[in-house]
Formats: sequence, structure tokens, C-alpha cells
Amino acid sequence: MARKKIREYDSKRLLKEHMKRLAGVELPMNAAQVTAETDWSQLARDNPWLTKSRLVVKPDMLFGKRGKSGLVGLNLDLEGVEEFVAQRLGKSVEVSGTRGPVTHFIVEPFVPHDDEYYLSITSQRLGSDVRFSDAGGVEIEENWDKVKHVFVPSDSPLTPDLMAPLIATLPLEIHDVMQAFLAAAFAVYTDLDFSLLEMNPFTLVAGQPFPLDLRGELDDTAQFKDFQKWGDIEFPLPFGRTMSLAEHHIHSLDEKTGASLKLTILNPKGRIWTMVAGGGASVIYTDTVGDLGYAHELGNYAEYSGAPSEDETLKYARTLVDCATADPDPRARALIVGGGIANFTDVAATFNGIIKAFREKQEQIKAAHMRIFVRRGGPNYKTGLQKMKELGTEIGVPIEVYGPEASMTGICKKAIDFIKEADAKVSK
Amino acid sequence: MAPSPIVAGQLFSKQTQALFYNYKPLPVQRMLDFDFLCGRITPSVAGVINPGSDGFQKLFFGQEEIAIPVHGSIPSACKAHPKADVLINFASFRSAFASSMDALKQPTIRVVAIIAEGVPEQDTKKLIAYARANNKVILGPATVGGVQAGAFKIGDTAGTLENIIACKLYRPGSVGFVSKSGGMSNEMFNVCARVTDGIFEGIAIGGDAFPGSTLSDHCLRYNSIPAVKLIVVLGEIGGQDEYSLVEALKAGKIQKPVVAWVSGTCATLFKSEVQFGHAGAKSGGEEESAQAKNAALKAAGAIVPTSFEGLEDAVRTAYQALVEEGTVTPAQEVEPPIVPEDLKNAIKAGKVRAPTHIVSTICDDRGEEPTYAGVPMSTIIEEGFSMGDVLSLLWFKRSLPKYCTRFIEMCIMLCADHGPCVSGAHNTIVTARAGKDLVSCLVAGLLTIGPRFGGAIDDAARYFKDAADKGLKPFEFVEGMKKKGIRVPGIGHRIKSRDNRDKRVELLQQYARANFPSTRYMDYAVTVETYTLTKAANLVLNVDGCIGSLFLDLLVSCAMFTQHEIDEIVDIGYLNGLFVLARSIGFIGHTFDQKRLKQPLYRHPWEDVLYTNVESSAQPR
Repeated sequence: MARKKIREYDSKRLLKEHMKRLAGVELPMNAAQVTAETDWSQLARDNPWLTKSRLVVKPDMLFGKRGKSGLVGLNLDLEGVEEFVAQRLGKSVEVSGTRGPVTHFIVEPFVPHDDEYYLSITSQRLGSDVRFSDAGGVEIEENWDKVKHVFVPSDSPLTPDLMAPLIATLPLEIHDVMQAFLAAAFAVYTDLDFSLLEMNPFTLVAGQPFPLDLRGELDDTAQFKDFQKWGDIEFPLPFGRTMSLAEHHIHSLDEKTGASLKLTILNPKGRIWTMVAGGGASVIYTDTVGDLGYAHELGNYAEYSGAPSEDETLKYARTLVDCATADPDPRARALIVGGGIANFTDVAATFNGIIKAFREKQEQIKAAHMRIFVRRGGPNYKTGLQKMKELGTEIGVPIEVYGPEASMTGICKKAIDFIKEADAKVSK
Repeated sequence: MAPSPIVAGQLFSKQTQALFYNYKPLPVQRMLDFDFLCGRITPSVAGVINPGSDGFQKLFFGQEEIAIPVHGSIPSACKAHPKADVLINFASFRSAFASSMDALKQPTIRVVAIIAEGVPEQDTKKLIAYARANNKVILGPATVGGVQAGAFKIGDTAGTLENIIACKLYRPGSVGFVSKSGGMSNEMFNVCARVTDGIFEGIAIGGDAFPGSTLSDHCLRYNSIPAVKLIVVLGEIGGQDEYSLVEALKAGKIQKPVVAWVSGTCATLFKSEVQFGHAGAKSGGEEESAQAKNAALKAAGAIVPTSFEGLEDAVRTAYQALVEEGTVTPAQEVEPPIVPEDLKNAIKAGKVRAPTHIVSTICDDRGEEPTYAGVPMSTIIEEGFSMGDVLSLLWFKRSLPKYCTRFIEMCIMLCADHGPCVSGAHNTIVTARAGKDLVSCLVAGLLTIGPRFGGAIDDAARYFKDAADKGLKPFEFVEGMKKKGIRVPGIGHRIKSRDNRDKRVELLQQYARANFPSTRYMDYAVTVETYTLTKAANLVLNVDGCIGSLFLDLLVSCAMFTQHEIDEIVDIGYLNGLFVLARSIGFIGHTFDQKRLKQPLYRHPWEDVLYTNVESSAQPR
């Protein structure tokens, strides 16, 4: 299970389509997406409402508090929207301490309203939390004490009984419509494997609920059963996360394989680089370099697991070595090829790809004054470690090799000591 | 939130038996090897469930080979093995939910371990809800499982035998260990074996945000197991699970010492939110950070080192204290039996060698793509190889020139069928009408091919070759054969004659004269024909003789075969192969034809049989 945020545009598309299918609730919402590729005249042809109503436009970038940040264009015509977007598209903004360019906007009809309701459904281990308030909107955090909460156990719908405490204080004439709307929203959340659905706010237009601001997270592991319901869905990177070419390359490798291949560059000028097998171990290696006080020299976070093929490991290692040896200077560097003691991964087989990459890139490695530290255990580890040792002799790169008898993260300290000592020699 | 009411105490014992869903030979064998190492009397795998199949799987229990029953469904397996109370589910993430729910619903099953990674969150939640309501335990999803030292091991947990021995997992120690990560649990088994008397039980709950059972579930369980003296926990950034443990510690529900570390302190180094390797390991709010969880655990009374590096020391110190105060009496060392090594592994390690039983030289299916005589499939398709080109690769192990492969194709086309009345087609038709399947119909036809039907090509080639190579004059050859009482193969036709030549022969001859560098053997056959025609008008060179002689020309004139190879090709019966291949096309056609026409069972009419016997023939009518 992995929760992925989706764009507001997609959340609204899914809510509208599936509320109708699951509960017969027809939402009068319309929404259009605008990116750098948008052909405005085509967009107006596809969405006739764009020229017939006043409009709202806002960034659709997985961040909130857009109103507070002055990023919402209200009560505009289409020309006004185009102008609003032109001024902001591709421009970098800072939101809650994270900076990044705005690439996607959502355009909707402008709906003047008074009432602002709040609804959120979040997934918990034993069920779902449903929160509701008639004091929604930008001040929701200030009004948090007015938010009512019920817990819906796994496998139960949001029944009238369960939701009674949420809507008890609402005027009687809107009870039925709210009850139907909340049940329908919960049904969509369940049927489409949302792990979060939040409306802040939604309002009533002509007595009918109307979501103004919508935030959704899908469980992407449900793709195999939901892909038809989801349609053409996008899982954007978190706001502010831009990928370097190398990261992008590994990301696309990762998407194509059943194995897991992850790379995040933390500091391109860092001198300690890691390439670690296993989801649990990779975090611990990264922790350890930081815990030992060398976070400032840490180049990356990297994880490979799930038995990648030799070819995949080769490509992965190539990219990683390129990053680790870019911009060499006279100072020493270290590459940590780490891992725990595998349960079933054939260590010698996964090392084959890494060894090939090191052999190919030996000149780069030498030019960067890089020493390699290896630690691994598991099936066939002796052969794998032996091959690594032999490679060191063959290509003339110092490779220190350790097996399961050594502590897992011991090579982090060895790598740091190596850099410390080399730096000390230089400064003498 | 209150911890779930997980079954208290030990999940497993030395008598525990499991059912294994979706058979994988390696993990099952690893379980049985572990059993043997622990001195178990019965194997821990009672049965295997492979949807839709049944029978047995052969596996080793020590030196001995045993048969483990295979069942087609979970209920049938549970019925057959009522004592098995653990189901190890190796289903894919697509089918893990349905099979796990099925297993939880069986009254005999108490524990379900789900190995698959990528089970949808909502599906897992349904399983958790059912398990809680029915007092059952789920391990996973996305886990390697767990192990109770000296008693029971799930699937691939703890890796190789060598590692199991190094971690002393063949006998119980004093540590109860739980972590999210399967890989790290194996690492920690090693750590615990280095600094304590080893693991009593170790569980990996899996890397998902909502594991079927939690860190605190297992810690509470360890607290109630007398043999567990020390609890070691490896948590991870993301989620709230560690806080249930904090609550349990604060509430005094856990009295045994707990050494804990939560990994993911590095999350602060990342600029935007980060998803680590495990689905549940995601940086979220401050509360879910490793730092906050470590601090909370420490405040609640757990022993928390300052880094993962310090964990080994913290475990050592805690264990030493327990030994000194007399709480722990270190486990007695036992000598585990030696598990025989698998031949495959021993060969891989270069320790033994074994002869192969089969040799093959025409193709290889082991690489990226299959090859025919070294030519990869992509070349065959992209470069437009013909049927004849493929045949030449697989039969002759070389690429013959285009004129040769075209000739082979012509032979196949000309011999593909010869009407419904010839003996082979007749057999095929009769068999098809008896309602038999395609393969039976085809072989019924093929079985008639031999010395009297279709077998003449080979013989023609042999005799023409022998005579021509010896330089025999046509009349010497024909008369010589006559003396030996052999009809000259490839000569003579039931209908065709000097003035009514076989069109097929003419076409092949024309093609060969236009395309072959030499037609020496065919020319010889024609001189033989010229001689036999002086004897009778129907003693023409027939299609068998023509193909036989031209094939010799092909083999010689393309200059790609040694004399020895040519002799061998003729000897082995390649040309008969050509006829069998070609006529199969016709036989299959006849089979389909009869089935399409829904022809009833064939019965030969009485009128068409001469009924006779020895006595009646003595008294002719």
C-alpha cells in the first residue's frame, strides 16, 4: 500500500463521475486543467461553460492554503484566467517552506456562496475517520473545535446512524440532502480506494452540495483492480520535488520493473555516496552517516531490492557512479555498497551488475579519488564478495569488502574515517 | 487506540504444522531443512495448496525424500490437515486478499502469513477487521514472515542454512524480536546471536502502513512468553504503530526490558516529503518522525540507543544485566545435524560435478531470446526468414542458400497432400470419424508412412547415390536391382506414363535446372528412367525419385556439407522427414475437414469384404 496524492482536477473528475454511478448524485461541478501544453481555443471548445460563466483559477500542485498565499484568481472571464495563468505558469513560488514551479492549474465556474462546510475522510487501521463541520473554509484550523468526528469501522458504509452525530445540529431542511451527500462521498472514497478525501469547503448551491476545494489521495497498489474506474490518472511528485536527470532515469527504470530502484540526490557535491540493498537497510545506512555527523557530506539516498536483474542493477549502478564521481576534486570520496543479510536474494547475481558498472567506470572512479566499501550477506554472498575483492585488484581501485560477521553499518564509520584521514593529510 | 486483542502467548511450537498456499519449491524446502536442523519429527509443511490442482510434491526432509500432498483449495486442504493451524500465503498481491480471507474463515487456521507486497490498503483493513473479530493473527502483508528458533520457520525467513546455523536459530534463545523489515530482521538475528544467547522468536510485520499485526501486538505477546527475557524492537519512520508500544510501556503492560530503535532519522535531510523503500516508511507529521518516536519510547522506559550503530551494544548491555541478575540462564549449546547439500548448490559452488543426461545442439532457449542454430528469434523475424530457412537451421544446423530453402519448401508444398484415398489420409479420416482428437488423427495417418507408403524418397536417394557414385551404367543398375529382387525406388507410377508426365516432376526439374549449380544425380536418374521406359511406358521417374535425386544434388552442389555429412543425412532418413512434415499438413487438413463435416463413425460395408476361411476355400462355390 502506498498513498499517492492526486491533483484536485482528478479528484473532482472521479468524485463527479462516481457519485453519479454509485449513488445517483449528480454534482453540478465543472473543471478544466491548464498546463503549458494547453490550447486555449480547444479548451473552450471542449468545455463550453468556460465562456458562459465567471471563473475561478488556482494552482493544482498538491499544496493547500492557496487563498492565503494569494494564488487564487476569483471571478474572472476566460481571458482573465488566461492572463492570470500566463503571469504565473512555470514561475517558482514558496509554500510552507517548499519552493517549486507552478505547472498545473485548475479552472472552474465561480460560485458565490455563503455557507462553507468541511468534510474529511481519512483511512485508519481499523476503519475510517469522518470529520464534518459547518464552519469550514480557510479558517478551519482556527475552528477545529467545531469539527465533529465519527469512526466508521472497516467494511461498513457510512450509515445514517453512524453519521447522526455529524449532522445533528444542522437545520432540519438540509438533513436529508447532507445525509445523502456524505454517504455518497464515503461510497466513492471506499469504492475507488481513496486513503484520504477532504473537501474544504463545500457549499450548497440551490440546496445541492457543491465541493469547492477538494483534496484526494489514492492507494496506488489498488491500480490493478481500479484502473478502469480511475481512468487516465496521474500521480505527481510532491510539490517542490524536481528530479535531476539521474533521478528521473532511475525513476523510469523503477516504473518498468517489478523490483524496487530508488535514488534521491541530497547533495550533488557530497563525498559520501550510498548504494544499499533493502528497504529497511537503506534507511539505516542513510541514518548512520547522519548520526555520525557527516550528513553534510552525504550525496544521496539509494535503495535497490526485490531481486533486480543483472541488467537493471548495471544501469542503476552506472547512473549512481556517474552522480558520485561528477565534478571530481583532489579530495577523497567514498562509496558505500551496503546491505543487510539477505533472506533469499542471490548476492553474487546482484553484484554482477554492480561489478560491470564499476569496471566500465573505473577511470571516473579513480579520477574522483573514490574508495569503495562493501558489506553484504545472504545466499551466495561468499562468491559475490570474492568477485568484488578481485575487481579491486583488477581495476586498481581500493575496495574494502566485509561479510555478515561485520556489523551492518560499520562501513559507514570506515568511509567517514577514510575521508577524515585523507582530508587531514591534505591539510598537513 | 487500544492494541488489538491478538492471541496471547506463543504462535508456534515444535509441533506446528502449516499449509503453504501457491507452491514455491525453494521456501518450502528451506522450511523443511530448518525442521530437520531443529530435530523436528514431523515436517512443518503439512500440505500445499495450488488452486485447481492436486497430487503430491516431492521434497527432501534431511536425506530422505518425502511426498507433500497438494490440494486444489484452502477448505479441502484444511479438511485433510485439521492439525495445521498456520497458512503461509505466497499468493501475488492481486490474489492475496481473497485467499487470505478464505484462510481466515477456516476454523482450523489460526495464523495467516501474507508474503505479497502491494496488497491494497482497504483489502488489508478488511482482513484485519475479520481477524480481530475472530481472534486470529495476521503476519504481513509485505513480509518475509518470522521464525521461532528450534521450532518453526515461515518460508524464506532467515535465509540460508549457513545463516540459520550462524544465528543459532536451530535452538531457542532468550530474545523476542520484532521489526517491520524482513531484511533487517535477518540482520538482527545475527546481531542477537553475537551478543546474546540468540532469538527465541523473531517476527517481521511487513513494511506496509497498516500491517496485519503490529509491533506492540508482538511485544505484548513476548511479554507473556516465559522463555522470552528480553524484547528487541526495530521500528521505522511513518505511521503511529510505535506509539501503541509507548502506551503499553506506560501502562505497565510490558515488564520485560525493551531495547528499541526507530530508523529514519535521516528524513530531515530531505527537502520535500520522502517515500523510502517501504510503503509505510513515509515522512509525515512531526509525530511520525523517527526522532519523536525514539524520544517517546525512551520516555516510556525503553532502552533506546543514540543510533543504529549503538543498538548492538544496547542489546548486549541489557542481556548481560539479565544474566548477572540471574534472570537469564544462557541457552545450552546443541550440535545441529548436518543437512545434506542440494546437488544444484554444490555444483554452483564448484564442489561436485554431475554428468548431464541429455545433449542438444540445434537450439537454445536459455538466453534473452530463443535461438535456432545460434540465430536469434529476432533475426529470424526481422530479416524475413522463410519456413525453409527455419527448417535448414533446425535440421541442418546452418543457413542454406535461398535456392535450397526454396526447393525444400517446394518439396513440402508438393507433398503436402495426395487426396483422401491414399493409406495415410484414409487412416486419418477413419480416426477423425471415430471422434478422436487431432493428435490421434494425425499420428494414425503418419503411422502408415514407411516402406510402402511415402518411404520411397529415402530409398531412391540411397540407391541412386550408390549407383551414380559407383559409375554404374543405367542398365547395370536396373538389372542389378532386378537380380536382387528389389524394385527400383523412385521409378514407376500407377497412372503417369511416358506421354503423360507427372506435373510435379516437371516443375521440380525445371526449377533445379534453372537454379542448381549441378544436377548430376537427377541427370543420372533421368538416364535410368530412359532405360526403364524401354521396358514399360509407366516406368517414369516419379516424384519420390525426383525429390530424392535432386536432394542429393542440393547437398552436393551447395558445397556446404562434407561427404561424410551427406552420407549421414541420407542414412538417418532426412528425406523421409521431409515427407512426414509435408504430409502432416494434409493429414491435419483432413482431420479438420471431417470434424467440420461432422462425419459419423466409419464402418466398412460388408459387401466390400471377401469373407472367407480355409475350409470354405477348400470347397469353392
